Amino acid sequence: MSEANTHGTTAGAGSAPLTPVLTRRWLSPESWSLRTYEQLEGYTALRTALAAHPDQITELVKSAGLRGRGGAGFPSGVKWGFMPKDRSRPHYLVINADEGEPGTCKDVPLMMADPHSLIEGCVIAAYAMRANHCMIYVRGEALHCIRRLHHAVREAYEAGYLGRNILDSGFDLDVVVHAGAGAYICGEETALLDSLEGKRGQPRLKPPFPAQAGLYSCPTTVNNVETIASVPYIVNGGAEWFRSMGREKSPGPKIFSLSGHVERPGQYEAPLGTTLRELLDLAGGMKDGIPLKFWTPGGSSTPLFTADHLDVPLDFEGATEAGSMLGTTALMIFNETVSVPWAVMKWTQFYEHESCGKCTPCREGCFWMAQVLERMVAGRGTEEDIDTLLDVCDNVLGRSFCALGDGAVSPITSGIKYFREEFLALCESNRGQDNTQDRESALAGVAR
Amino acid sequence: MTEQFDYTRTEHVLDPSGPTPAEQAGSDADVFDERVRAEAGAIVERYPDSRSALLPMLHLVQSVQGCVTTEGMRFCAEQLALSTAEVNAVVTFYTMYKREPCGKYLVSVCTNTLCAAMGGDETYRALSEELGVGHEETAGTPGSEGSVTLEHAECLAACDFAPVMQVNYEYFDHQTAERALETVRALRRGEPPHPTRGAPLTDFKDTERQLAGFFDGPGAREAATASASAPETVRGAELARQEGWTAPPMPDEVDLPPVPDTK
Repeated sequence: MSEANTHGTTAGAGSAPLTPVLTRRWLSPESWSLRTYEQLEGYTALRTALAAHPDQITELVKSAGLRGRGGAGFPSGVKWGFMPKDRSRPHYLVINADEGEPGTCKDVPLMMADPHSLIEGCVIAAYAMRANHCMIYVRGEALHCIRRLHHAVREAYEAGYLGRNILDSGFDLDVVVHAGAGAYICGEETALLDSLEGKRGQPRLKPPFPAQAGLYSCPTTVNNVETIASVPYIVNGGAEWFRSMGREKSPGPKIFSLSGHVERPGQYEAPLGTTLRELLDLAGGMKDGIPLKFWTPGGSSTPLFTADHLDVPLDFEGATEAGSMLGTTALMIFNETVSVPWAVMKWTQFYEHESCGKCTPCREGCFWMAQVLERMVAGRGTEEDIDTLLDVCDNVLGRSFCALGDGAVSPITSGIKYFREEFLALCESNRGQDNTQDRESALAGVAR
Repeated sequence: MTEQFDYTRTEHVLDPSGPTPAEQAGSDADVFDERVRAEAGAIVERYPDSRSALLPMLHLVQSVQGCVTTEGMRFCAEQLALSTAEVNAVVTFYTMYKREPCGKYLVSVCTNTLCAAMGGDETYRALSEELGVGHEETAGTPGSEGSVTLEHAECLAACDFAPVMQVNYEYFDHQTAERALETVRALRRGEPPHPTRGAPLTDFKDTERQLAGFFDGPGAREAATASASAPETVRGAELARQEGWTAPPMPDEVDLPPVPDTK
């Protein structure tokens, strides 16, 4: 099982294929309740943290090598270290629980099954960053999560884990659970901040980064749910323990979400660097034995992989070296029955719908790409359309404030890279035909 | 698999000079009475800056009227000292703010790629035919028992349960066309089935009240503690338990790093 995992791994030889840390309590009865949480070491890390100096906590998270679990993989301790040390302005901790990247389904179950681990992480992180306000921005469609979190926050206030003078430490923290209203872009940290300020959720130009000017132009750190929920375990287990799982540059356990054509889809918490081959083994293999065709390592914004990538170590470096990105470890698995151009079209329609409209290349580019793909899938495309698509991709990638446009081109460029013949086959019947009229209407853009 | 279809889109035009159909459905100044004003004030209290209250306040408005009307926008603008145009700009940005009155049940079918490949497109089409409505359209009189608004949704963060559907944002897992039709027929009869995970269904307005941050309705406590566990969620944890796999044990003593030198 661990054979493909030994290269570059720091884990001991006896490391188990699954390492439940974040998911450890999920099997307990009423795992979401404060009582269960406290019985299973809950809020013990908080006592340790509050007895320490805030900067010791940041140093600990740095040395543990925890990297952001929301997709970008930025070292969390380094991010926390960007926060100013003085308290001349209020500091804010904002939790990004706007889980919406297609394929991603790890934060919602975490918040439903174990909301207190997130809340404990919030208190520790806020203490380290000298923040007395924490906002948890949950996507509005996740109503039961919002309800659970609200309930858990109330329990935590009543037990003295939130509010004034937490556990007699002199530290104060207020937590607000904030429901979004349906916009994928609000998962982008600066768009999330605008949304939290009661505006349209549109990304801001960086710099200034949120640590300088975030929520209400005050020092702010935005972290993903899974990242913050990992913090209590790092405080209790230490950096070395955390690094005993995963790989040197991508340490720790990670919740891998398997969905699609697998026998047993679900949440599997394994060390970073685990491969899809290993995960598929755990999940009972491909559904009905129909062979794998393509998959995403971390949501639709990460370039597609194929059956040739089964042994790619799924950590931040491994996925990047193989030409994709780790993203949110949302493994969407598609078998041979699924058409790649159709899947790419569906994703592109998603990006077209969710582009916030602020930057022209993304707003217009996604629209055009969707039009071209819709025409191709309808059997009215030509070979030239493939070049047109790639050309438009080239004009979208890296040309906007945020990464939505970059994500939009990922399925298209990777789909064409690995499955060009499928796109060509769609155009076969139109070879040599004049489709100028069609093309013009597609590029007219606003006509629909 | 290569089939594609257009979702019917309803274009909304706001005419400030006359009432929209939404407003005719029951809005006058009295709709936002003292209680609603007090609740709007309570939302503002949660935040260091009043404008942050706008998104939850719009959910509150929807809990009163079943959608966001011009009147609702004016109400928010008044509470937050904004212009109606500023509020309108926000309302039109977010998909959860509905511009026409919603049914008692809002049915959202995920038609993003993975769910679509697993049957979501077929489910959406079947429901659309059954109800005789398109995207963001309502079968029955909005708000009345058995009225259902249909919409297609983007990824609902429950991909391990694909194809997924929500009713009033509660999860209904593995909704093939057949199962979804059963669910929706029951809704039409006014016999809402229990969601696969989450709290028993009430109605869209009550849902919106919770999204505004008010969890005081009847059965709120039961709702908060309603089961959300599902085999998919705990698959890894369950397998690890069966196999005896655990994370490495934590050391008994952990030394925190020293306080770094600050110059």
